Amino acid sequence: MTIAKPDPAGQELRRRLADQERALAALQDEVRAWRAAAAGLPVRADVSFAGVSGREVEPAYTPFDLSDGSQAAAGLPGAYPYLRGIHPTMYRGRLWTMRQFAGFGTARDTNERYKFLLARGQTGLSVAFDFPTLMGYDSDHPRSEGEVGKCGVAISSLADMQELFDGIPLDQVSTSMTINGPAAMLFCFYVAAAERQGVDIAKLQGTIQNDMLKEYMAQHAWIFPVEPALKVIVDLFEWASAHTPKWNTISISGYHIREAGATAAQELAFTLANGFCYVEHGVARGLDVDSFAPRLSFFWDVHNDFFEEIAKMRAARRIWARTMRDKYGAKNPRSWQMRFHCQTAGVSLTAQQPHNNIVRVAYQALAAVLGGTQSLHTNALDETLALPTEESVRIALRTQQILAYETGVPNVADPLGGSYYVESLTEGLEREAAGLFAEIEAQGGVVAAIETGWFQRQIADSASRFQREVEQHRQVIVGLNEFIEDDEPPVEILKVGENAEREQRASMAALRSARDGVAVDAALERLRAAAAEGRNVVPPMLEATRAMATLYEIRHVLETVYGTYREPVFF
Amino acid sequence: MSRKTAIRPIRVLVAKPGLDGHDRGAKVVAAALRDAGMEVIYTGLHQTPEMIATAAVQEDVDVVGLSILSGAHMTLFPRVRKLLDESGRPDILVTGGGIIPTEDMDELARQGIGKLFGPGTPTGDLIAYIQEWAVEKRQD
Repeated sequence: MTIAKPDPAGQELRRRLADQERALAALQDEVRAWRAAAAGLPVRADVSFAGVSGREVEPAYTPFDLSDGSQAAAGLPGAYPYLRGIHPTMYRGRLWTMRQFAGFGTARDTNERYKFLLARGQTGLSVAFDFPTLMGYDSDHPRSEGEVGKCGVAISSLADMQELFDGIPLDQVSTSMTINGPAAMLFCFYVAAAERQGVDIAKLQGTIQNDMLKEYMAQHAWIFPVEPALKVIVDLFEWASAHTPKWNTISISGYHIREAGATAAQELAFTLANGFCYVEHGVARGLDVDSFAPRLSFFWDVHNDFFEEIAKMRAARRIWARTMRDKYGAKNPRSWQMRFHCQTAGVSLTAQQPHNNIVRVAYQALAAVLGGTQSLHTNALDETLALPTEESVRIALRTQQILAYETGVPNVADPLGGSYYVESLTEGLEREAAGLFAEIEAQGGVVAAIETGWFQRQIADSASRFQREVEQHRQVIVGLNEFIEDDEPPVEILKVGENAEREQRASMAALRSARDGVAVDAALERLRAAAAEGRNVVPPMLEATRAMATLYEIRHVLETVYGTYREPVFF
Repeated sequence: MSRKTAIRPIRVLVAKPGLDGHDRGAKVVAAALRDAGMEVIYTGLHQTPEMIATAAVQEDVDVVGLSILSGAHMTLFPRVRKLLDESGRPDILVTGGGIIPTEDMDELARQGIGKLFGPGTPTGDLIAYIQEWAVEKRQD
């Protein structure tokens, strides 16, 4: 028999643990009784308790909905695995960047809108390009007819890019450019525009979307087949890490996957799978993962199911951190930290009673901030009808400012951390994502599953399911399938006329006659040779840009080497 | 009377003209029309008006449904209408939907385009519209 030494601290601890255990056992009994009572209570029969993603939820959550040790595993804001945010004090140090996506007409029209937004307290720029630019066509290409400047700004050369940022010093703003198929080309235009402003390009801050995998899955602004597109993306990782170290070389986007119809779990899993695919391609090039991973950024959609959205962002951070550290061997904490932009869900807005959209956007913006976003675009109330007016975009920006300065929400990091419901949802989404990662693997990986149309079918099926639920009134959309107004006054909308196309045609003609055609041809030939020989295409593309080669000329020369993507067509 | 007097399912070509890649609506509508018993052909993305008109004639469809969310509707709808007329098929209905302001819908109606549907339209509305159009046409 051994006699224990007196250990007052140990005894105290054991006593407290025993108390806790008794309390938990008592709570478990209470939960059982509550569950039994709740099961017998009447519920509203006319609605579904599943959110927009179709996940049924419990009437309430308790500690027993969490996995063992989940509270300890959650950690702290600013600490691995960053479930609770990537900065220790989150928005106390710096608010999120308020970044309204904008562009229409000519570069001159959009330059005026940027100056309007900057004068009203916007803190970063975000360029929306028109469809011809998104697809790599010049404004005077036959396929551009009727589309120039309609959905964004028309940028066909370095000259247009210079005009877009006229009077906006590029070392003093951060700029996000939503561009994918021709991302490298528009990035070269931007870098060359900065050079012409006399700015040190190492100081450039911003993001190019440059995420082709989700283009094949959802947004569909593609040019080249998948493998050469990935090759150009890795070329940019490589070039930018040496020359523009503060530039985010990709924004791996769930937004478009979600807007095309995916559920929250599909958005989460498909987007992360794409992210890992880019990492693998970078590593396969021979790049050190820590040389490019810190510049990878993400972009999430923020839909209506408030807590699910918050849980999705928290889950995304934890999956990314764990996988980057444990699977890909990243050593730099910046490679583990998922930084992201959010945009409120365009697809959730209604053309009916459009002022209601202000309220939807405000809730979605709140979810983005509770989810720990680094930057945010709030949609304007009229975006299902047209591009936003100055008035509507001002309300959208003010929505963020009210959230930032009046609600107190930014004062505390991850204020929902420890909520039984949010933690349980977070874990649930992580499990769903793991299941989807396994399905993607079974399809042969991301590239194979794109080429067979697997992702596209999953997304289209979810879109059709949601539409059926709306039509069966299992999903209520205020003003659309319930609470309908018969006589709605029309709202004022922005009209983009045909003048942008006329002006662009004239300026393109002037550009083509003023430049040194021999130098352009020589630069394009050097670009073709680099592509054909498998060298990094960014340096010769930048040379061609400086010689005033146009967007389509660069696209075309690369297409002769890489070919063109053909989609698997189905519905 | 034309060769189409024999009762057959309504044939619809769902098409995405122009550079716009938003195909969620087109695919949801294509699936809904198929589920309503129509024969549906979907073109895929980034089609020119010429490609669409050629496909419509070759496939001998009754209806062409264009989905346009790019703002290029005032160029693309009339172009498809004109090409079908020039191919001797003024009988084919050109309808569709997307982000199209009401006054543009009115102007396109004056140019011979059928009813256009905006965001949030129940698929039942456009199924009913096409079925009613087909009944009237077959009575002609």
